[in-house]
Amino acid sequence: MNPPVATPFFFYLLSATVIIGGVLVITRKNAVHCAMALITALLAQSGLYLMLYAPFVAGVQIILYAGGIMVLFLFVIMLISIERTMKERQFNKQWLVGIAAAAALGVLFIGVYTKGRNLFPNGRMQFADAQNTQAVGQLLYGQYMFAFEIASLLLLVAIIGAVVMAKKRI
Amino acid sequence: MHDLIEYIQSYLSSNLTPGGAGNWFWATVYVLAVFVGLSVAVIAMNWLERKILAHMQVRLGPMRVGPHGLLQPIADALKLLLKEDIIPEGADKVVFWIAPFIVVLAAFTVFVVVPFGPTHAITDMNIGILFMLGVSSLSVLGIVTAGWASNSHYPLIGALRSSAQMVSYEVAMGLAVVSAILMTSLHGIGFYGAGDAAAGASGTLSMIGIVQAQQEQQMWFIFKFFPLGLVAFFIFAVAMVAETNRAPFDLPEAESELTAGFHTEYSGFRWSLFFLAEYSAMIAVSSIAVTLWLGGWLRPFPNALQGPTWDLVFSLFPGATFVFLGLMTFYNVARMPKHPLFKIQTIGLAGFGALLGAIGLVLLIPQVRVRVNDIFWFSAKVAGFMYLYIWYRGTFPRYRFDQLMKVGWKVLLPVGLGLLILTAGLGMRTEIWEAVVRR
Repeated sequence: MNPPVATPFFFYLLSATVIIGGVLVITRKNAVHCAMALITALLAQSGLYLMLYAPFVAGVQIILYAGGIMVLFLFVIMLISIERTMKERQFNKQWLVGIAAAAALGVLFIGVYTKGRNLFPNGRMQFADAQNTQAVGQLLYGQYMFAFEIASLLLLVAIIGAVVMAKKRI
Repeated sequence: MHDLIEYIQSYLSSNLTPGGAGNWFWATVYVLAVFVGLSVAVIAMNWLERKILAHMQVRLGPMRVGPHGLLQPIADALKLLLKEDIIPEGADKVVFWIAPFIVVLAAFTVFVVVPFGPTHAITDMNIGILFMLGVSSLSVLGIVTAGWASNSHYPLIGALRSSAQMVSYEVAMGLAVVSAILMTSLHGIGFYGAGDAAAGASGTLSMIGIVQAQQEQQMWFIFKFFPLGLVAFFIFAVAMVAETNRAPFDLPEAESELTAGFHTEYSGFRWSLFFLAEYSAMIAVSSIAVTLWLGGWLRPFPNALQGPTWDLVFSLFPGATFVFLGLMTFYNVARMPKHPLFKIQTIGLAGFGALLGAIGLVLLIPQVRVRVNDIFWFSAKVAGFMYLYIWYRGTFPRYRFDQLMKVGWKVLLPVGLGLLILTAGLGMRTEIWEAVVRR
């Protein structure tokens, strides 16, 4: 039997990457650097999904976020003048509200972690290793068909809305 | 020593990939073998492209360095390594430095799941094809950041074109891939496995699984639901040229408009990384096409030409090919000019021919023959695609950018969508039909 790949070492490594990437996203002044930090964080996150034995979610994360959405982000950011953004203030004056919100979120996290352990399932869902994607597919198109279709309808509305807003004459 | 030999022999009877068996040693060996093989393939492609393109344009191509310019790629590589590595003054140094590595990493990582044979893959993933598409789509990030970090106009325009092009063609590519994946779920056992409940009726995303599905259905997916498979293959074949920024879709690096596009400011070693990544990405997408539609490692005509005789004939192919190449080289040795100045070149060419012939003879040994047959057919199909790439470059003029977008969004995407629906419909029909017949 092989040793499990999902050791705590990798968990801490990936989590640290996600957190550092996230912090860099808000602290860097250069928008392209922010985007690259975000990509790093997203890739590390897909590593975390892999550790949860969810290869399908990890793959979709890479394709959609790192490969698709972030390319569009960069596409827009590259056209912004860097000189101007470097001079702009990074933080606005609502830091009091910000601290309150962060503290509330922190308290919520700690509360859930200490009191609400029984809210979480005891173990992860078990799929056979070779059947993970198939199981996800069967759940999506079986048990959760309705919710899935509603979500896709919502996305369709968003797409049509974007086309209508972007195009003056259709 | 004896243990080692036994260990290697025990591997020969294994039917798992190194990743599947969780064997570190063989995984490392495979990774190294794939890396070396790829590098050699890129070097060979470099020479072949210049040579074939030259002959298409009735030129000779490289002739000076080595016999028939055979050593030209090595001379080029040396030149690139010795060149000064320039980072422009206004460039964003860190991003400029990282960009080529992103491209190379993305281009090489995908080969983890490429199935050269049922056991000849580094590993087999449940999400194989998804992994390949995802990681190869990361290379555009490297291209975009390279163009931006150069802080120059041409690279920026090249990067913008590249990102727009890749995002547009990825959609059509994905639709074509999905229609092929739908075909893997058709086991001919009826609707939702109604014919044989134990087998289940789900398809697979695993690269090895996809080829095995073609083997099981005794049909390459390019011929499945004719002409649906063929159309899907065509969409993919167009989209993959656009994805790899090759002619006629090489707008991101259009020489006549943008000097060299996104890598204008790169020089020396960093530039050679882009070059390496471009060619290995070409090999990677070609191997996706081969796996999905052309039966991967399966030999041609598995149905029409069955039986042990044909198996033997086809298993002799790899060795025979190399022996033939060796003989062709010797024919050219005889045609070399007889002038004393060409003596060393003639000897060198003869040595190259002897090397090809020796490889061919090794491949004819029965034990080796059986093991490398699948690798040979896979590589031969990929090599066909590589030739197509060169052929496109020699044939088609470059598209204009609006034409490129029109082809992507107004032709390939609707056709891909229709194809997906038709494939799903036909698949349902055959499966329901099977279920009815079996009842």
